[in-house]
Amino acid sequence: MKLAYWPGCVSRGFTAELHGSMAFTAEKLGIELVELDRANCCGAGIIAEHNQELADTLNARTFALAQQTGLAMMNICSTCQGAQSECQQRLDADSAYRAHINEVLSGQGLEYQKGKDGFTNKNFLWLLVEDYGLDRLAEKVVRPLSGLRVGPFYGCYVVRPKERLGYDEFPERDLYLEKTIEALGGEVVEYDGARKCCGFPVITMNRETSLRQAGTHVGDALDAGADCLVTPCPLCHLNLDMQQPEAAKIVNRDLGLAVLHLPQLVGLALGGEPKQLGMGKHIASTDWVEERLAGVAA
Amino acid sequence: MATYTLKVRRYQPESGEGAFWEQFEVDLDPSLSVLDGILQAKDREDGSLAVRCSCRAAICGSCGMKVNGSSTLACKTMIGEAHEQANRRKANGEVPPPLGADEQPPPGSVDGADNPIVVEPMGNMPVIKDLIVDMESTHWEKIRRVTPWLLPHGDPPEREYVVEPESMIDVTQSMACIQCGACVSSCLSMEADPEFIGPAALAKAYRFVGDPRDAESVERLHDLAHDPHGIYDCTHCFSCIDACPKGVAPMDQIMRLRRKASEAGIDDDPNNGHNHSAAFVKMIEKKGTNDEALLIQESYAPGVKGKLKPTKGAIEGLVKSLPTVLRAIKTGKARSLSKLIPGIHPKLPGGAQDEVKAIYAHAEEHREEFNIYIRGEEDVEPEPDETATEEKV
Repeated sequence: MKLAYWPGCVSRGFTAELHGSMAFTAEKLGIELVELDRANCCGAGIIAEHNQELADTLNARTFALAQQTGLAMMNICSTCQGAQSECQQRLDADSAYRAHINEVLSGQGLEYQKGKDGFTNKNFLWLLVEDYGLDRLAEKVVRPLSGLRVGPFYGCYVVRPKERLGYDEFPERDLYLEKTIEALGGEVVEYDGARKCCGFPVITMNRETSLRQAGTHVGDALDAGADCLVTPCPLCHLNLDMQQPEAAKIVNRDLGLAVLHLPQLVGLALGGEPKQLGMGKHIASTDWVEERLAGVAA
Repeated sequence: MATYTLKVRRYQPESGEGAFWEQFEVDLDPSLSVLDGILQAKDREDGSLAVRCSCRAAICGSCGMKVNGSSTLACKTMIGEAHEQANRRKANGEVPPPLGADEQPPPGSVDGADNPIVVEPMGNMPVIKDLIVDMESTHWEKIRRVTPWLLPHGDPPEREYVVEPESMIDVTQSMACIQCGACVSSCLSMEADPEFIGPAALAKAYRFVGDPRDAESVERLHDLAHDPHGIYDCTHCFSCIDACPKGVAPMDQIMRLRRKASEAGIDDDPNNGHNHSAAFVKMIEKKGTNDEALLIQESYAPGVKGKLKPTKGAIEGLVKSLPTVLRAIKTGKARSLSKLIPGIHPKLPGGAQDEVKAIYAHAEEHREEFNIYIRGEEDVEPEPDETATEEKV
């Protein structure tokens, strides 16, 4: 399997361990990633809020770069997925609008074509379940995550709005984390926050609301007996992990729950060592996850 | 005709007891609604089951509630689909006993589960009785908060106001609201901050901001930007978009309010919303990808003015983010210089940054807004036809 790969900004910024663990995990899975190193930020909804045409053109450029490779596109960020799907929906809705957007891209030798070669842009989570296959994934597991109690945390941008995110065709996309955890041999922890908002989009605008959201979800997962959370969204990771000590102050309780990136969780089951997967860089200690898995030989 | 189980969250204040769950078996055609199921249970089993409803046709907006955890209109939710959804979801974390050897799994079932359809009163609102909530404090009060009527200036015309039909198209989406409160019920910002003005009221605000007859649009925008629980308190979770039974997409209207507020030059909101957005947009034009250090700096202290004369909120914001940054340095998460010093983050390689700049120049000139609700989606892609121009002649 060979894919055009858009890692997003945050995986090369404050969550560099995500980029590294994706590289490790892809190799173990036998997925070849062709990184779109000339592509730009998806706009994270903020550019669309400022000027919709600007966001649409920037993402049309990314899609056009991916289409040049002739490969399907993969991202590793819920927010990229949501922001890009939003733009793609508008681009695909109307040929005249698409032609208008392509005007500026044509000057750069690029063109976004609707449905070219069955073009798709999928988050690693969707790709893993729909294209790679969980049976095939399960066969690759060398260290089953037996006894590890994992709480899923999706990130809004891969859950809503359903009509835009392909839920008509794939109605179980909001259950894929659970299915993946099970395929890796782990135990799913059900708690209230799995499909709620981490609060990150308002961290600079309403810090208390933002941290209350993050702290509540982490606390709920702890109360439900989770050993860790797993998320396909690095922006959720920033609020749930990097801001966790601050969130604890707002919800006025001790937290301390490891938050893993999806490729880290998969990587662990494929035999990766926590250090290799960058887990030492997290703010919330991942020691407990290591202890739980210590008994299981890789 | 099929049998469905409704698991209803009930609350009977006169009993003095707390809320409790009760299951009702109903027999209905799968194409009938969850509301039909509730009314059958009320009719056949317990007349005290309280529910608000009227038109049963998704017009009056009375029967807002949560079905399988999702805020919606009960009359617009088909019971057969709700049943399939319940089985996909393992609603409420309950897994019923496994099926016997000769039993068929129910439609939509994952691992043979047959879960009840979970019915609850709307969220974010006090419950009065069973499925009836008090919409006054969380919905109507907030609707009144945004001055939901036209504020024209000057003497009224002798007859009706005359406007170009095209100029009203922009607000038709927000006019579709039927005040059911489903968006408010689903709002994740309001869950964390009950003072948030909320999706219904802000969508209503856009209905007047975008109306060409209104003379106080800028004042409205200023008011909503300066309320710390206003347009910059939305956490962008899309819950209201999925909940709305009429396609209003309240979050989209909130984003349009932010856009209009910035266009009107309102750049001093207490949430720092405008500055954060402006810093982000500028940064991508300069760098192509996120320069986190630059984004933090420019969000709180934009340009020369922001650095020479930072606001109280900016200083507070920066100080409060310090411990987080220090922890990130300690673990090695943010140890490289480009993550610490604003502006040294690399641009996109090999002329790609110039391509991004060209896109900015083009898009900032046109600023086209393509609203699918209004313009619709093409069903079939027209084949390129080179003879088309000749035929026209």
